[in-house]
Amino acid sequence: MAIELLYFAWVREAIGCDGERIEPPAGARDVAALLDWLATQGEGYAEAFADRARLRCAIDQQFTTLDAAIAGAKEIAIFPPVTGG
Amino acid sequence: MSIRVLVQEADFDIGDELARLQALGGGGVASFTGVVRGGDELAALHLEAYPGMTQRALDDIAAQAQSRFPLLGLTLIHRYGTLVPGARIVLVATVARHRGAALEACAFLIDWAKTKAPFWKQERFADGTARWIEQTATDTDTAAMWDASAEHGRP
Repeated sequence: MAIELLYFAWVREAIGCDGERIEPPAGARDVAALLDWLATQGEGYAEAFADRARLRCAIDQQFTTLDAAIAGAKEIAIFPPVTGG
Repeated sequence: MSIRVLVQEADFDIGDELARLQALGGGGVASFTGVVRGGDELAALHLEAYPGMTQRALDDIAAQAQSRFPLLGLTLIHRYGTLVPGARIVLVATVARHRGAALEACAFLIDWAKTKAPFWKQERFADGTARWIEQTATDTDTAAMWDASAEHGRP
């Protein structure tokens, strides 16, 4: 099933777009595996996802961890740790 | 209990917001206003939000404050967009029968808003360069102390 990906802050800048609709590869069970695959899709992706410790994510607008399963997800956002307030 | 949570580009009027809470009839109104710090050739602070999720996350934080503290009302307004030094970024305000709950809920709300709401700050300098602000350990540690604390009370 297609997933809407969203990128924020420097993740968005490195990749060069604020989001895209993708069909995840069959083997990708969690967000980390999805990032492994995306990292092969271009230099910007590889750069954005190089250091996983600097990445956070949300599935369907709920914060979660990179080891969260993506089955059934409609929207997955990838971003740096938040800095509001 | 009156809860007012806004994510907006526009500025807000602190006086109006505090008067709204005071009218709820408590004994103490507390507030925190976050402002863009000047200096270091900073031209502007850009705040990026996650449309939809940011409002939802702040609503959740407000609901947490409501369940932890005996409040009569709370207001949480967070701006996004490009803000110049001296501009207001965020307002947290609370009203309770007594000052303790108002002050503690206020601290709780800003600590959680800093670490549990999807916003990202970028500093933009006069020479055209820009830098994304990194999350600090102090911010996450302070927010985590509220996680560890009991139903309500100081971290």
